[in-house]
Amino acid sequence: MFAYILRRLAYAIPIVLSVALLCFLLVHMTPGDPLVAVLPADASQELAQQLRVAYGFDRPLPVQFGLWLWRVLHGDLGASIATGRPVAAEVAHAVANTVMLAFAAALIGFTLGLALGLIAGYFRGTWVDKLATSVAIAGVSVPHYWLGMVLVIIFSVELNWLPAVGAGAGGSGQWAWDWAHVRYLILPAVTTSVIPMGIITRNVRALTGDILSQDFVEALYAKGMRQSQVFRHVVKNAAPTALAVMGLQLGYMLGGSILIETVFSWPGSGLLLNSAIFQRDLPLLQGTILVLAIFFVALNLMVDVAQALIDPRIRRA
Amino acid sequence: MDRNAASLPQLEDLGGAAQPLLRVEHLTKHFPVAGGLLAKRRTVRAVDDVTFAVGKGETLGIVGESGCGKSTTARVLMQLAPPDSGEILFDGMLVGGRDMSIAEFRRGVQMVFQDSYASLNPRLTVEQSITFGLKAQGISGAAARKVARDLLSKVGLRPEIFAERYPHEISGGQRQRVNIARALALSPRLVILDEAVSALDKSVEAQVLNLLVDLKTEFGLTYLFISHDLNVVRYMSDRVMVMYLGEVVEYGPVESLWARAAHPYTRALLSAMPSIDPDRRTQTAPLAGDPPNPIDPPSGCRFHPRCPHAEPVCAQTKPPLFAVEDEAHRAACLMIVPGSGHSASARLPSAMRDA
Amino acid sequence: MDAHVNVTAMSEPGPADAPVNRASRGYWANVARRLSRDKTSMVCAAILLLIFLAAILAPWMGLADPYKGSMIRRLRHLGAPGFPLGTDELGRDMIARLIYGGRLSLFIGMSPVVLAFVLGTSLGLVAGYAGGKVNTAIMRTVDVLFAFPSVLLAIAISGVLGAGVLNSIVSLTIVFTPQIARVAESVTTGVRNMDFIHAARASGAGDFTIIRDHVLGNVLGPIFVYATGLISVSMILAAGLSFLGLGVKPPEPEWGLMLNTLRTAIYTNPWVAALPGAMIFMVSICFNLLSDGLRSAMDIRN
Repeated sequence: MFAYILRRLAYAIPIVLSVALLCFLLVHMTPGDPLVAVLPADASQELAQQLRVAYGFDRPLPVQFGLWLWRVLHGDLGASIATGRPVAAEVAHAVANTVMLAFAAALIGFTLGLALGLIAGYFRGTWVDKLATSVAIAGVSVPHYWLGMVLVIIFSVELNWLPAVGAGAGGSGQWAWDWAHVRYLILPAVTTSVIPMGIITRNVRALTGDILSQDFVEALYAKGMRQSQVFRHVVKNAAPTALAVMGLQLGYMLGGSILIETVFSWPGSGLLLNSAIFQRDLPLLQGTILVLAIFFVALNLMVDVAQALIDPRIRRA
Repeated sequence: MDRNAASLPQLEDLGGAAQPLLRVEHLTKHFPVAGGLLAKRRTVRAVDDVTFAVGKGETLGIVGESGCGKSTTARVLMQLAPPDSGEILFDGMLVGGRDMSIAEFRRGVQMVFQDSYASLNPRLTVEQSITFGLKAQGISGAAARKVARDLLSKVGLRPEIFAERYPHEISGGQRQRVNIARALALSPRLVILDEAVSALDKSVEAQVLNLLVDLKTEFGLTYLFISHDLNVVRYMSDRVMVMYLGEVVEYGPVESLWARAAHPYTRALLSAMPSIDPDRRTQTAPLAGDPPNPIDPPSGCRFHPRCPHAEPVCAQTKPPLFAVEDEAHRAACLMIVPGSGHSASARLPSAMRDA
Repeated sequence: MDAHVNVTAMSEPGPADAPVNRASRGYWANVARRLSRDKTSMVCAAILLLIFLAAILAPWMGLADPYKGSMIRRLRHLGAPGFPLGTDELGRDMIARLIYGGRLSLFIGMSPVVLAFVLGTSLGLVAGYAGGKVNTAIMRTVDVLFAFPSVLLAIAISGVLGAGVLNSIVSLTIVFTPQIARVAESVTTGVRNMDFIHAARASGAGDFTIIRDHVLGNVLGPIFVYATGLISVSMILAAGLSFLGLGVKPPEPEWGLMLNTLRTAIYTNPWVAALPGAMIFMVSICFNLLSDGLRSAMDIRN
């Protein structure tokens, strides 16, 4: 097991380095001068040059990358061009909000997805299966940003039950687990949960069906096991794959929150990314993407290790 | 042969009847095994220093348990995997050298595989599968189709019924006939039959074996017949070669080998052979245990961990292929090598000891 | 993502004694026949065909000018006289804009998948067929792009390249190419190790001929099914980029952008504002169902 973790870690290191390189190059692929955003329109050549030196844009690329990577390793993601505040602090604050949203959505989406998938897999071909399958296909096909708008129309505009945007009084700075704040979380979390719900339902349904059609299940019934005991075997066999799917979905929710956070003005990493793009705040853009991508790689790593813990076959592969 | 008018001519016979069609010298093929992060790299010695020859018009049988290297030998011979070392001579010409390119060699040698379904492209009709090689060799489409239909009749399949069929629409025996027709399409001189009948039902197997015998005479072929089924090998072969863990342990004419098998492994294989005759039921114990892993094979004689006659010397000395009674029948066992240090070698008749 | 690809289906044993008098049918003819029997798939295909035709024939359908607005008839409700689906925030006819919107929406949604299909298949085919170091080099590069969640990758590239139709197609192509390449590589590796490829090599044919005659026919099917499953994701993401202001620029009619500009109207005219999203939803669900239908039609084991 320890050897497996080591091997998996060794494999992740070049990936993380390449991800860092890609994030670094992202800024240098940008058409136009990254300084445009900060420079006043009538700035002199000297001022532009001074700023270029200050940001290190005048050095050769590999040197810039080395210096940048060194600073990143020490937790320094640079300063936002727009606000001048350290990127690391801004990103940390925003990511915390996104994590909260993702976990709330995971709670809803995973529970529903597992339940629907198991039911559909068990009662294949019945009306329950058809209903669950339809819900799942709708879940994976819906443009979630539009679903967010529709939910706002229903629950905020028409019914006036829940707030349409924001994270409550005082923004996200004063979050508390009371109704005054949680009501802001409901619509974005439900919206975010729809895609993972659909994907998990489909996967778990297929898994359950596959497992139930295997010979060992028949053997379990043959030796007199009750339905509920067989069910435990099914869950045990489906767990590693289901876990992998859920881990990946959690990663997608963390990294892909920009559309929903924009719809609901939820002050997370997605909204931060949005403002970084439109203010052409490249250090902020770079920092946010880097942090989210590293998060995603780390999550994948954890899923692999967790899978190996449950399923000994994976360790040997 | 009249069919050659439209198709490919068979490669010319150069060295005459005395020249072996195929000579294989010190053929070696090792596969690296990906080790873990901290484990050292290891190799599978699939084929290790194998030397043999096949005469013109002869059928050489190769037998051994699964994993003994017989299929790898076939694949390396077909140039489907490059050998690590060793030479292949076709009718006296060095393959892959100045004498004969690999492309020319492929014209002369074809192969029939074990899995009749996997060896036919599921998206192509029977006829398309047979004509593919001909077209690749520059034969026109119409001529290739004519050859394909002729060959289908030759292998006992009516072309008007089978030419347009897909592999999943015909039976296993019929598919294997198609595979034989495909192999013959390029007018080879040598055909490698790698477990070609092993997956077939017994009744179908007999039909296909008889077909192979007939085709051999009709087209003047030489066979390399690989199988784990000794009854079938005995029926088909003139000479037999026994392989164990990537090495040749014994070879000789089929009757001599059956009558006077010298290697304990060959004897074990022969005694494990199922027989219908109740008087010839297996008496001696069959082989004990699984064949050892070809990764890190045993030292000395590779068979010694399973051999009932093993002595300490067997773990140290690698036995040479030593003549059993005449030069044509040889076995790699210290018991027949005079002065080898094995107790049995001391009891050899004095005439042999002087040899 | 569900990358379940079936290579093993090909090694199913055939019937022991095949009937001899039935006419043979090619694989794709069989698939088409099975698909045409699936009611859901046919309904979806019909809806998609209708939307496609309407988008192509829009200029000849006698619709209102999708660009011409009017200050006095802004944000008419559903069922308003002369405007059955209302008008948008600039007083433009919603029916015309929804139909014209199909042109750009379908184009920016589908072309990344088409491009990624070509690129990803080529990469995966080369990696799978060549094996060894070539495979490692290609697949490790692909792995790096997999380290990003697809939405993040699409937005990062679009954010850097800036708004525009071409840029959004480029960024989505970069997102989908690695996914298709992975599938193509695994299918090709499976086929490449089958004996009919060995037999083809033994017959002296070159790599190009073998790939054309023996590999492509066996790998394109599974890759194609996988790619059709991506169209729905691509439609949603492409419209999503426009929704964020990273795709199509105003005043072009495009569903994602329309959704964005109409967001300001959700308090005054909510249901008209939701219409463009409903179009995306409909197209996306039809593509998903059609892809599912195609997948099971191609799974000959049933």
